[in-house]
Amino acid sequence: MAPRLEDENPDRLYMVTGGRSNVADDGLNLVTLIVSECDPTPGMQSEHVRILRMCTSPTAVVEIASELRLPVSVVRILLCDLLDTGRITARNPRPAPAESRLPDPDVLRQVLVGLENL
Amino acid sequence: MDSKISEAAARTPLASSATTGLKIVIVGGFGVGKTTMVRSVSEIRPLSTEETLTRAGQDIDDPRGVEWKSTTTVAFDFGRISLNPEMVLYLFGAPGQERFWFLWDRLFTGTLGAVVMVDTRRLADSWYAIDRLEHHRMPFVVAHNRFGETTHTLDQIREALDLSPDVPLVSCDARQRDSSKAVLITLVNHLYALSSAR
Repeated sequence: MAPRLEDENPDRLYMVTGGRSNVADDGLNLVTLIVSECDPTPGMQSEHVRILRMCTSPTAVVEIASELRLPVSVVRILLCDLLDTGRITARNPRPAPAESRLPDPDVLRQVLVGLENL
Repeated sequence: MDSKISEAAARTPLASSATTGLKIVIVGGFGVGKTTMVRSVSEIRPLSTEETLTRAGQDIDDPRGVEWKSTTTVAFDFGRISLNPEMVLYLFGAPGQERFWFLWDRLFTGTLGAVVMVDTRRLADSWYAIDRLEHHRMPFVVAHNRFGETTHTLDQIREALDLSPDVPLVSCDARQRDSSKAVLITLVNHLYALSSAR
C-alpha cells in the first residue's frame, strides 16, 4: 500500500512543483483529456516523463493524478509546464461554465444513448 | 481503498478518438454504497485520488510555498464509462462531509448533475448533501440503496428528507449494474427535462 497523501512530506510536494502552489485559470478540469505531443527527453523531471508516457492515448487529468499519486492541484501545475512548452495538448479546454448553467440538451441526449447502450 | 499492485499494466487507455470528458458526482456518507455504484457501471476498476485543502490562516509572508505546508486532504473514488467514440463520462464517488464542499468550486464546477445516495440510518448526512447541492444550484436525484432494507417506503423517505416533489427519488441496488444504470438514466432524464424547460 502506497503512503497516503495525508502522510506525504510537504517538502516533496514543494520539490515536485518548484515551490509553486497556484496556477492561473488554465482551462483544465478533472476530466479534461490530455494528449502527449512528443516523447520524453533526457534530463526531464520524472513526473513530466510519466505524464508524457501515460498520455500517448488521451488521459483525463484525474487519472493522471491518481496514477502519479499526487494531489490534483499539483498535477495541474505539472501539466501547465508541459502545455506551455507544447509538449502536451488539452482536448476541448474550456473555461468552467457559470455555476448555474444547465448542460446542453444535445449533450444530454448523447449521454442518454450511451448509458442505455451499457 | 485498493492497493495498486501493477498500476501501469492495469490501466485501460481511452480510445484515441476521445475528445470530451463529462462528470457526474455521487454523494453520500460512508458505507452508503457510492463506490459500489461506481464499480457496478465503470469500465475500469474504481481508482482514487486526493486533493489538498489549505487550512485557513496561512502565513503568506513565508516564501516557501506555504500552501503545501498546512494542508488536509479529501479523497474521492472515480470510475468511467465510454459513452461513444468521443465522449467519456466520469463518475465520482464523494464523501458528503463538510470539508469536501470546500472543494466543490475548484473541482466539480461543470458537473452535469449529482446523485445523492441515502442511508435511512443516517438521514442527517443526506440533508446536508441536499442543502449543499441546492446551494451550488446543482441538479440532483436521490437514490435509496436498499441493501435488502424494506422497512421504509419511498414516500416515507421523501417525507423524512422533506424533498421537493420535483426531485426524482428512486430505489436501487448499487451492486447491480442495471439498477445503477437506471439511477444514472433517471438523473440524465431529469437534467434533460430541466434543460429543455428553459
